[in-house]
Amino acid sequence: MKKTELRTPVREEDVRALEAGDVVYVTGTLVTARDAAHKRILQYLKEGKALPLSFEGLPLFHCGPLVKKAVDEWAVLAAGPTTSMRMEPFEDEVIRNLGVRLVIGKGGMGDKTRKAMKKFGAAYAVFTGGAGVLAARQIRKVKHVEWLEMGIPEALWVFEVEAFGPLIIGIDSHGNSLFERVQAEAERKKTEIVRKLKS
Amino acid sequence: MNFEALIESVSVNLLKLASVRLPEDVKEAIRKAYHNERSQIGKAQLQAILDNIRISEETDTPVCQDTGLISFYLKAGSEFKGLDRVEAILRKAVRRATMEVPLRPNALDPFTQKNTDDNTGRYVPYVHWGIVSGDFLEVTAFPKGGGSENTCALKMMSPGEGLKGLKEFVVESVVRAGGMPCPPSIIGVGVGGGPDIAMDLAKLTLLEPIDRLNPKKTIARLEKELYVAVNKTGIGPMGLGGDSTTLAVKIDYAHRHPASYPVAIAFQCWAARRATARIGFDGDVEYLTHKV
Repeated sequence: MKKTELRTPVREEDVRALEAGDVVYVTGTLVTARDAAHKRILQYLKEGKALPLSFEGLPLFHCGPLVKKAVDEWAVLAAGPTTSMRMEPFEDEVIRNLGVRLVIGKGGMGDKTRKAMKKFGAAYAVFTGGAGVLAARQIRKVKHVEWLEMGIPEALWVFEVEAFGPLIIGIDSHGNSLFERVQAEAERKKTEIVRKLKS
Repeated sequence: MNFEALIESVSVNLLKLASVRLPEDVKEAIRKAYHNERSQIGKAQLQAILDNIRISEETDTPVCQDTGLISFYLKAGSEFKGLDRVEAILRKAVRRATMEVPLRPNALDPFTQKNTDDNTGRYVPYVHWGIVSGDFLEVTAFPKGGGSENTCALKMMSPGEGLKGLKEFVVESVVRAGGMPCPPSIIGVGVGGGPDIAMDLAKLTLLEPIDRLNPKKTIARLEKELYVAVNKTGIGPMGLGGDSTTLAVKIDYAHRHPASYPVAIAFQCWAARRATARIGFDGDVEYLTHKV
């Protein structure tokens, strides 16, 4: 279990060096994208429409921040992760087409994403769910925001971050998933737990 | 005395208190979980949670960026005049709180996906009414995050499955939820009545202090049994593995139809946000969940 500091743009070799359970801190730029943004990204890709920014090498953060506008600038008050599993249907295509090397969220992601991460060289990292204030402290500023017409939670927020973390690698680029291990173990224990409850 | 202004201010305060300061019983339960947690990764998650709670209180910032979909639970004294105006006042309070606390705009039309930008919408804030004797209005603000809402589950069990089925359903639902509801969570279970009544009861249990023992001994025993069983799954804080998957299991029930055995499970994430105040008809305000 090693500690790594990553600077954006994140390269494939940076990610291939990471293993499930490693702790990572990210400095540079990251972009938020949730349900609506993922749907729109895939729709734009299908239609050949240009995206408002390049995601190449930038961590994709599953987050709908709590923000406040002061004159011209946005302040981020809380920015913890949202449940990544909702983006599971879309993430493999995003990884394949957009050059995203790191996905940050909470709660885990599924098999489709795990396979895409292994194939294309990406990883999934988790930040403590609900620790929105801790996360906000590591966001230096909002560089810009796109697709704000989708509403504050669903927009693409581009953050400049400094030592954003601690992030735990939940799924690495070698097919290993911490979540899968915990879930498999829980499923196994469930049988015995239920048998005892019903006796 | 301007009642409308008073109810509005108190309600804005409640939304702020709920969002920024967790109730003492919740913080104590998380501290205990940290103390007893044997997994290193689990302990680190709980430490981050405790740090976050502390900093959010110190800086008066909402503890989590998902400030939730807002519900109010009211205990309205039958002598309190102007109850017909209360829902409109609460809507005003929600709009003000969105700007002032601030709250994330979290009300979307499910057909157009359009965000109302002020946390009000059709049936939102949702208001639960209870009429009691007296001349006070007791308001509970209950902002509920989406993560834990999404793992709520309902099963219309067959009476033949009964209590054993209930226990299995609880454990199954917790395993299926995994790390998604931001464990360690509080798990509310509602039994009987009907699908809506069971879920209503399950949600209501989430408003009780964690350390309050169920007055019915058999139910208290069942709560303890399920609490132990859920923690045995080893899902742990954030689903990364550990001892603390739940902080408490709370059960309430209604009588059931002979043909039905409804069981509803409501999850509450560790950021269990709730705040209550009692407004007397004389203008006196007493905050019940937070020292103000």
